Amino acid sequence: MIRLEKRPSPSRFWLYATPPVAVVLTMIVGGILFAAMGKNPVAVIRTIFWDPLFGEFAWYLRGQLLVKAGPLILIAIGLALGFRAGIWNIGAEGQYIMGAICGAAVGLAVFPTENRLIFPAMVIAGAFGGWLWAMIPAILKTRFNTNEILVSLMLVYVAQTILAKASTSFLKNPEGMGFPGSRNFSTYPAAKNGYLVESLGLHWGGVAALVTGVLAYILLTRHIAGFQIRLAGQAPRAARFHGVNPTRLVVMCMGISGALAGLAGLFEVTGPAGQITIDFNTGYGFTAIIVAFLGRLNPLGIVLAGFLMALTYVGGEMAATNLGLPSAAIQVFQGMLLFFLLGVDVLTNYRFRLPAAAATVGAK
Amino acid sequence: MDLGGINPVILIAGLMATSVPILLAALGEAVVERSGVLNLGVEGMMVVGALGGFVVAVHTGSPFLGFAGGAVAGAALSLIFAALTQVFLANQVATGLALTLFGLGLSSLGGQGYNGIKPPHTTGLLPDALAQIPVAGPILFGHDWVVYFSILMTAATWYVLKFTRIGLIIRAVGESHDAAHALGYKVNRIRLLCIMFGGAMAGIGGAYVSLVRVPQWVDGITAGAGWIALAIVVFASWKPWRVLAGAWLFGGISVLQLNLQAAGSAIPVEYLSMAPYLLTIVVLVIMSSGRSKAAMGAPASLGQNFHASR
Repeated sequence: MIRLEKRPSPSRFWLYATPPVAVVLTMIVGGILFAAMGKNPVAVIRTIFWDPLFGEFAWYLRGQLLVKAGPLILIAIGLALGFRAGIWNIGAEGQYIMGAICGAAVGLAVFPTENRLIFPAMVIAGAFGGWLWAMIPAILKTRFNTNEILVSLMLVYVAQTILAKASTSFLKNPEGMGFPGSRNFSTYPAAKNGYLVESLGLHWGGVAALVTGVLAYILLTRHIAGFQIRLAGQAPRAARFHGVNPTRLVVMCMGISGALAGLAGLFEVTGPAGQITIDFNTGYGFTAIIVAFLGRLNPLGIVLAGFLMALTYVGGEMAATNLGLPSAAIQVFQGMLLFFLLGVDVLTNYRFRLPAAAATVGAK
Repeated sequence: MDLGGINPVILIAGLMATSVPILLAALGEAVVERSGVLNLGVEGMMVVGALGGFVVAVHTGSPFLGFAGGAVAGAALSLIFAALTQVFLANQVATGLALTLFGLGLSSLGGQGYNGIKPPHTTGLLPDALAQIPVAGPILFGHDWVVYFSILMTAATWYVLKFTRIGLIIRAVGESHDAAHALGYKVNRIRLLCIMFGGAMAGIGGAYVSLVRVPQWVDGITAGAGWIALAIVVFASWKPWRVLAGAWLFGGISVLQLNLQAAGSAIPVEYLSMAPYLLTIVVLVIMSSGRSKAAMGAPASLGQNFHASR
């Protein structure tokens, strides 16, 4: 039987090779799935991965890539900082919602005032809302030793009920003829997150995502806080001797990821989504977990992974309209990607050996 | 005998039925965690079990086969988790999250075309005459068979974990996989079987949601029940009877808030429907406050993968 053998040190080759291998494996198995659903697998894969970049409507779809990738990258970078330190914030979806609600509330409170400071104030409020929502699990963890995974996740459901309440009562559009949903920000210039470069799909959220990617990379590789994050994740005991304060680390990681998720929510609700509605959130907070792992928890990797995941969204929508592929199939596809990634990752730390080869090594 | 528009007999009978999905899923997860594996994919296995159970029940017309189908579906999904964590030694937290994301997608893909269908009715176990007895009737005799099954499974899990050789082995693997390996037990194989048991139980729990609680198919039907089940395992200190107590506590809160909604309480509906989630957080805080993982009764090897180097 083939057996696993631990490598003396992690393989650098597989560290970088894992994501592409996982993507290829996902395409193959995903193709089989699409074929089983009665679709032409080659056509579906081409529609998802090729057409948005080089197809007939690429001039428009390429812009959509950044629109989808922006929030994913923003959230995933925050999550990755925590994941690296062994702090599992999986409630980014809730922080995203709360950021959007807080930011939107600030803008709607002063409607229809026109002032250049309104949008920046909303951005700050959005980050604050997400930060505040992430502080609940952070403080419960540091004060009461409560599991942050479960608390942050429970808060997603709480945030969703608050969102339902917001869109049907306290943020509802007074001129909306009784329909749920807030005022649309596209009709409110001072609070609107419009495109800076329309053809690239670049709005402030995209700018924030790319800048955050670079800043997070610098933080992790050049700053003492980043060193502490990596140390706490790789060698918790060594981190204690080094004097890393675990409480500060939890509060910092949760706070950053919450604020970034809140920012993503604010940029989304004032831009592409346009208004607070009961279901304006589309699960970016959960997909970002996949993006974080696909990017190997490395900020620059996450930027690339964010674009790849955005491709599955944009291409998936194309496949839905052109080929009738159900949108849930894309969700399955994304889940599979994470499975393959986690599975192939074994090669970073282990190698497969045939018993014969193992025996010869043993004999030497 | 109404207290603020709420009948306590109906409340107790209701909470016993409401708690079945989380009770079954939490029992399964308790066994999985006692063997040292943290499977965060309970929600995913539940929702896939809910679909599997629904599809089988609709096509065969038999609720019993439906529950069996739910168990098979849940166990099949858990095999992915088992393969990744036990064979490929993937991080258990990440794999569990992946399982939930995948399960939610898979169920909404597979569930297309099943919206708006009514599943066959799951019948009561005992004759109706018994259920007519005042007070004791609805509480003790008025339930469908799955409610009794869930209580039976609590007793069985407790007995097996505490008094049998199998239970001893499972606990040994969960407390110290190195020692268990040294004694000659196949750590990863035992864990694989525990994971499949957990998947089957979560699947049955999910099937109860789609066949009895709701009863129809909607996307994301389990609405976080799997996560609450995970919290109950912590609340219960990994002990089966305490899992039952925890599940009934949560069932009680869910029924109470639904009854309050129906009774036209002054508290807005949205805030009432938050109650089970907020209660989970409060309970977790109380349980874990100022105590280490070991003091709470967590298995010592929980969440750690095992690789036999020799």
